[in-house]
Amino acid sequence: MTSKEYKTITDIKGPLVFLEKTEPVAYGEIVSIRLSDGSEKNGQVLDTSDDMVVVQVFEGTEAIDRKAGVKFLGDVFKLPVSKGLIGRILDGAGRPRDGGPEIIADENADIIGAAINPYSRQSPHDFIQTGVSAIDCCTTLVRGQKLPIFSASGLPHNDIALQIARQAKLRDSDEEFIVVFCAMGITAEEYNFFRSDLERTGALENAALFVNLADDPAVERLITPRLALTAAEYLAFEHDYHVLVIYTDMTNYCDSLRQIGAAREEVPGRRGYPGYMYTDLAMLYERAGIVKGKKGSITQFPILTMPGDDITHPIPDLSGYITEGQIVISRELHQAGIYPPINVLPSLSRLMGSCIGEKTTRDDHKKVSDQMYAAYAQGRELRGLVAIVGEDALNERDLQLLKFADIFEDKFLRQDRDEDRTIDETLNLCWELMTNIDTKYLVRLDQELIEKYHPEEKKA
Amino acid sequence: MSKNEGVIYRISGPVVTATGIEARMYEVVRVGNEKLMGEVIEIHGDQSVIQVYEDTSGIRPGEPVLSTGQTLSVQLGPGLLTQIYDGIQRPLQTLEEVMGVFITRGVDADGLDLERKWDFVATASKGDDVLGGQVIGTVQETDTITHKIMVPPKASGKIKSIKSGEFNVTETVCTLEDGTEIKMMQEWPVRHPRPFSQKYAPDTPLVTGMRILDFLFPLAKGGAAGIPGPFGSGKTVTQQSLAKYSDAQLVVYIGCGERGNEMTEVLDEFPHLIDPNTGKPLMNRTVMIANTSNMPVAAREASVYTGITIAEYFRDQGYDVALMADSTSRWAEAMREISSRLEEMPGEEGYPAYLSSRLAEFYERAGRVETLNGEDGSVTVIGAVSPPGGDISEPVSQGTLRIVKVFWGLDAGLARQRHFPAINWLSSYSLYPQSLNQWFRDNIASDFPEVRTQISALLKVEAELQEIVQLVGSDALPMDQQLTLEVARMIREYFLQQNGFDPIDAYSGVQQQYAMAQAILTFQEEAKKAMAAGARLQDVVNVQSRTELMRARFAEGYLDKIGGLVEAMVAEIAATAEAN
Repeated sequence: MTSKEYKTITDIKGPLVFLEKTEPVAYGEIVSIRLSDGSEKNGQVLDTSDDMVVVQVFEGTEAIDRKAGVKFLGDVFKLPVSKGLIGRILDGAGRPRDGGPEIIADENADIIGAAINPYSRQSPHDFIQTGVSAIDCCTTLVRGQKLPIFSASGLPHNDIALQIARQAKLRDSDEEFIVVFCAMGITAEEYNFFRSDLERTGALENAALFVNLADDPAVERLITPRLALTAAEYLAFEHDYHVLVIYTDMTNYCDSLRQIGAAREEVPGRRGYPGYMYTDLAMLYERAGIVKGKKGSITQFPILTMPGDDITHPIPDLSGYITEGQIVISRELHQAGIYPPINVLPSLSRLMGSCIGEKTTRDDHKKVSDQMYAAYAQGRELRGLVAIVGEDALNERDLQLLKFADIFEDKFLRQDRDEDRTIDETLNLCWELMTNIDTKYLVRLDQELIEKYHPEEKKA
Repeated sequence: MSKNEGVIYRISGPVVTATGIEARMYEVVRVGNEKLMGEVIEIHGDQSVIQVYEDTSGIRPGEPVLSTGQTLSVQLGPGLLTQIYDGIQRPLQTLEEVMGVFITRGVDADGLDLERKWDFVATASKGDDVLGGQVIGTVQETDTITHKIMVPPKASGKIKSIKSGEFNVTETVCTLEDGTEIKMMQEWPVRHPRPFSQKYAPDTPLVTGMRILDFLFPLAKGGAAGIPGPFGSGKTVTQQSLAKYSDAQLVVYIGCGERGNEMTEVLDEFPHLIDPNTGKPLMNRTVMIANTSNMPVAAREASVYTGITIAEYFRDQGYDVALMADSTSRWAEAMREISSRLEEMPGEEGYPAYLSSRLAEFYERAGRVETLNGEDGSVTVIGAVSPPGGDISEPVSQGTLRIVKVFWGLDAGLARQRHFPAINWLSSYSLYPQSLNQWFRDNIASDFPEVRTQISALLKVEAELQEIVQLVGSDALPMDQQLTLEVARMIREYFLQQNGFDPIDAYSGVQQQYAMAQAILTFQEEAKKAMAAGARLQDVVNVQSRTELMRARFAEGYLDKIGGLVEAMVAEIAATAEAN
């Protein structure tokens, strides 16, 4: 292809470079820019025509002048992939960051990633036991699911993500996940926390890390998750691995998207984010799943921090419309000293129905989960009422529910950072806690289950 | 002579500008060396702006653009049912055979299987005068659906020859005297409504088996409904329930910009589900369109048109068709995305200024009609809306609500309490009860509308009382109001809540709905009587038979048992009065 160098830059604006009088350049083509001091930057074509080409520069346009030389490399962005990715740490543009050699490619994969044909997907149905009661019981994770953590600044979402990465396993199986970790604009401190934890547990040897830190170029962040997912797809669908992709922080990614949109003078959507953000996010999140005829799977755990704890902010909002549920971290619970501070009420796992029940977890799972949830929801609501009228105004049922909400948080939610509860332990715990409520108020449980599991009503 | 080959001038995402081509608006063109499918959406002098239905990475200026002379059309004929298509009617199964599990580009696929032979039975005969839309023969497409072969809307004349037998869809089955050859397949441009004789006012409900919908907020066959709700409030589950259980004869389900795994679930599930109305697999009456959120955005824009054209085609055969679009917000966003690439002046929230007229045009394609063949057919449209943050003041929700007559408002608060279907009974409405009341009186019970009014009045009173309870607690209310709260709770928990995943509770016939509502009112009546005679509220509420009445809906044969259960309850309540 053409390897001619053009010195026809006309405008430079934000992360964008505009040039004219080129030969036909492909949409999405990769660009290398040579600066006057000899250093190089990389970019990608965002808009191309006979007259004008717009290039988005990943490392930022700092120090680029109109004399810089631009080369079009004749291909779209590709990641060299091989099993050698496992155990490596790469930067946000896919270059080694761990001092190791370049990745020797088995193939070069297009990082945009084609959509999986819905007809070729296989419904996820394998229960993943995370060992975290709130998740296993109420928002059950399924292999092949995309389940984001909706958090906010100052909350322990990283601990939770790591605990899940450490403990996640299929029930009665030794099959482990390999982790693909993708950092987008997080601080070096956070990154070190992740890395040292993965090192400590030995998981690092079975992980591939793609790291773009807060002081790395913001535009590069748009590439980083695509690299990580391309690696994940390769490992899952070519080498039968079960891959857990953790990416943090989606909020930084979306802000970069907005930055590019603004530089291109696009019509902004809500809060300045581009109108195509939904589609853009979908192109990442939808790369989770299982396909027919392949053994591997991709499960995604995106982490995002909700600006101002606002779940209706466009980032969590659009994410929630694409992902299969969400785990919501609550500041209130965190302040009450409860770890993991998961608020089960707005949390949801849409695929839960397909992976719980007699054959996979236990026959009582669905109903127990509904009952726990309903009782906790009512108890929480009563707290508001008690604040106004006092406990005296409550009847017996309401008093029990009110007390149950406290017990739920203290005994059910709360667990240690390395406490790994099996699903049986979690469900038995539920039954034990439900003895605090009169059986006649447990309307979501049927008699059969009560006789089978209720510690006080159990029939021998 | 029109020039039918040009070159690409500019590429910006899914929008490509070509020069040197004389294309008509909405004409289909082939873009680039890989012949990607696109549609002309704007013309500036010599430049044609094209939205491309496939990924444009790697395409360069200077590559060729070919015009096809056709507008975006669908192929209609036997073979549509049980299919699953992408937004531009390419069968996903064929795509898998050609491309593997990932959708690549530049592959063209016919919507119908052109090779397959169907058993055509002529119902018209030689010498008959036929008009456009008239049925000339049938094909038994699936166990449940007889596909009627019609004269294309624009053709008419005297039949010169017609024969029954085995044909594929492109073979001529009938010739008219003027030489017109009629094949089983016809093509129709998706952006044009198909013609009919006249529209009627709807007078029959679309029975969905969901109590809150059929009983409180009924939708008419041929009507249009909007379901707005924030994420996690159960839009998709509701839509899927409707696809499964509504008494439409045919269902077109459009997954527009939604999750891949969800579509897969539908694909896995439907072939195993039995249509409660016919006892045959649901798939036999279903056409599915799946353009997931990561599939090309322009094809998403086209998907709702593809879907509704197929729905209209079956309507023209005299069927009652229900169309579910999940979600129209994603469709609107596709319009917004394309519009912003065109650098059009935006309207509200960046949506194009023509958003509301496009929404109106789409919903207006619903309706109960007299077909060109003189039969009765209908298309009912149920559109899910996904308002950002659940706030329905946004343009897509508002544009929808201005047109549809039924509003089923999903409520995140209810979903959070695990009250499903999470349809808010206070904010939802239906403008159809007036026109449907006669049907309910004739087919269910003569006092059906009155019972409905009583039930909804109770819910309204409850909402007012709850405000007081929030302040002072329920114990502070007088006994009769406490009873009202208890009855309303019964309505909510026993009647409005319905477990879509429970094999029995998921579908509740209207007759049963009426019986359940009556049972609740009976409880209220008897409780009042007993309390007047000195019974305590607590005792009345705690009678065992009431709990049984409520639980029994998960068991089979409920409608037969309910009479006995109510009798037992009445007796037990009366006993509480005597005990005091």
